[in-house]
Amino acid sequence: MNIGKILEKLVNNAKTLQRIGFAVLALIVVIDFFLPRHHSEFFWDEIPGFSAAYGLVSFTLIVVVSKTLGHYWLGRSEDYYND
Amino acid sequence: MIDWVHPSAFLILGALFIPFFKGRVQQIYIVILPALALLTVMLMSPGVYGVVKFLGFELIFGRVDKLSLAFAFVFSSAALIGATYALHVKDNSQHIAAFVYAGSSLGATFAGDLLTFFTFWELMAFASVWLIWSRRVKASIEAGYRYLLVHAVGGLVLLAGILIFYATTGSIRFEGMQQVNGAAFYLILIGFMLNAAVPPLHAWLTDAYPEATVTGAVFLSAFTTKTAVYALTRAYPGTELLIWMGTIMALYGVVFAMLSNDIRRLLGYHIISQVGFMVAAVGMGSALAINGAVAHAFAHILYKGLLFMGAGAVLQMTGQSKLSDLGGLYRYMPVTFVLYMIGALSISAFPLFSGFVSKSMEISAAAEMHLPQIWLLLTMASVGTFLCLGLKIPYYTFFGKDCGARPTEPPRNMLVAMGMAAFLCVFIGVYPAWLYDKLPNVVEYHSYTPTHIIWALQILLFTAMGFFMLRKKLGGLRKITLDIDWFYRKGAGVFMQFVYRVVAPIENWFIQVYRHVFRGNLVLGAKGLWLDKNVIDGAVNAIAAGVVRGAGAMRQMQTGQLQQYALVMVGSLLILSLYSLF
Repeated sequence: MNIGKILEKLVNNAKTLQRIGFAVLALIVVIDFFLPRHHSEFFWDEIPGFSAAYGLVSFTLIVVVSKTLGHYWLGRSEDYYND
Repeated sequence: MIDWVHPSAFLILGALFIPFFKGRVQQIYIVILPALALLTVMLMSPGVYGVVKFLGFELIFGRVDKLSLAFAFVFSSAALIGATYALHVKDNSQHIAAFVYAGSSLGATFAGDLLTFFTFWELMAFASVWLIWSRRVKASIEAGYRYLLVHAVGGLVLLAGILIFYATTGSIRFEGMQQVNGAAFYLILIGFMLNAAVPPLHAWLTDAYPEATVTGAVFLSAFTTKTAVYALTRAYPGTELLIWMGTIMALYGVVFAMLSNDIRRLLGYHIISQVGFMVAAVGMGSALAINGAVAHAFAHILYKGLLFMGAGAVLQMTGQSKLSDLGGLYRYMPVTFVLYMIGALSISAFPLFSGFVSKSMEISAAAEMHLPQIWLLLTMASVGTFLCLGLKIPYYTFFGKDCGARPTEPPRNMLVAMGMAAFLCVFIGVYPAWLYDKLPNVVEYHSYTPTHIIWALQILLFTAMGFFMLRKKLGGLRKITLDIDWFYRKGAGVFMQFVYRVVAPIENWFIQVYRHVFRGNLVLGAKGLWLDKNVIDGAVNAIAAGVVRGAGAMRQMQTGQLQQYALVMVGSLLILSLYSLF
């Protein structure tokens, strides 16, 4: 089967992919509770699921900050420099 | 017997013969040149070669150690991959420019003295601008001039630093700058930081790279910034200032990339972001951090080249490079999509891809030195990397709404080049020992621990979840974003308006007043004459006397050493030639 066909199939089964995705998300957080921690540098290294939460917080911050900057300050029309 | 061959010789001198070949023979020749350069680098053993006495200076063309070898290896690989990607291009000047550019970057890497280094450094700027101009549209020509202008200024700052360095230390050796104080330290640092695109000296990159030719941008993404990373690693390891500069840089690139609509501009902002990681690691300066910076530069050149090749393939086959104009291409360019994704997963530091084994060294170095803020901010920047390059670009280019374009896969040589880069990205990710073996310091480091893998997967996959929830709102907008380049693109105009509207009328008013008050009044005129004779002339004479005395003092200061005059002459010639360009 060629790559195009595989991709087509994946796109047509988006719902199943979504379910698998959520299952994986849950799994990697659950695993985190059972991982041995030999060597922790920061206090958050001890908290299971910290990096999942931090990932989401970072995502939100980046989106909010960049959208705000673009909307209120830095965005211009595409031919701004051509006038 | 020749004990050492400079790999740049193949690229720079070899490039001059490209126009003498045609068709298939020329294509073979174009691939052989970087292959020979790569081979010479691989066969090289550490040592000092190519020492030339020139006007009393000791020029070192071949300082070969682990640091220069690691960079030279990846630079020549990038030249080979880039040349393969550009094989279908029928434009000799572009091939020559690309090879001279790559060759100069190798030359700067192996340079053991600042004079040789500077010469190759400047050659890079002049060769690379052709890759921008070669697109031959108005926007490229203008962006190329701005690019050259900024690099000319950066070059002058660096040259000034080198001259002061020579004047104070009497040496031109290119070594660590920790012992140097004052102006030379900062001028050279600024020169390096400009080429590394450290904000606020970064706008030349995102202004010019998106306007380069499809194949030129692949070369541009590899050499200038990473040669600067090499120079910083060589001369400024452990400079604390760089830790924060680099961290800010990593986030700056991420935020501005979020606002970009043009894919190649977005990729350009991510060069800034990624180089930020390297700059921060150079600033940390520990053995692990330096290894991390070199490993990251090595991996980065390969995956960033791959990403630029993917974006270039889309641009070439659809004529579009804006997220808002693209979508649904996965049906028509599936191979391009898969190869692009390998680059995207590598830069996002997914386990089993090259970014995972290189970038994590830098973040671990921050932990090892106990820098919690740096650790958190660099991790946040990694989220932005995956968000933009692993989710946003692929989703809106290859999936999302169908843009109506019906392209085919790009020419085979482009796919082969992407395949070469993709192979190395996966190879390094699966077998990191190959890369670790090339790093300058001997450090035991294991990236594949269970905690680290789960940590990375959580960060990345939860970012993906956020993206898919908000995917309707994160598409490209038909807008551009202001950046520092505003100051020299619009700010100059605003300044001129200020001069015309405010300064000129005030000056005019003064002239009017002068006319009425002084010219109209003869008595005052006589007094003016007295004033002129006794005060103004007196002042002029006093200044002249001062100059004569000063010149006498200057004469005492001069050493009469020929090499110093020669250096000044070479410097002035360079300044003149730079100046003549504008």
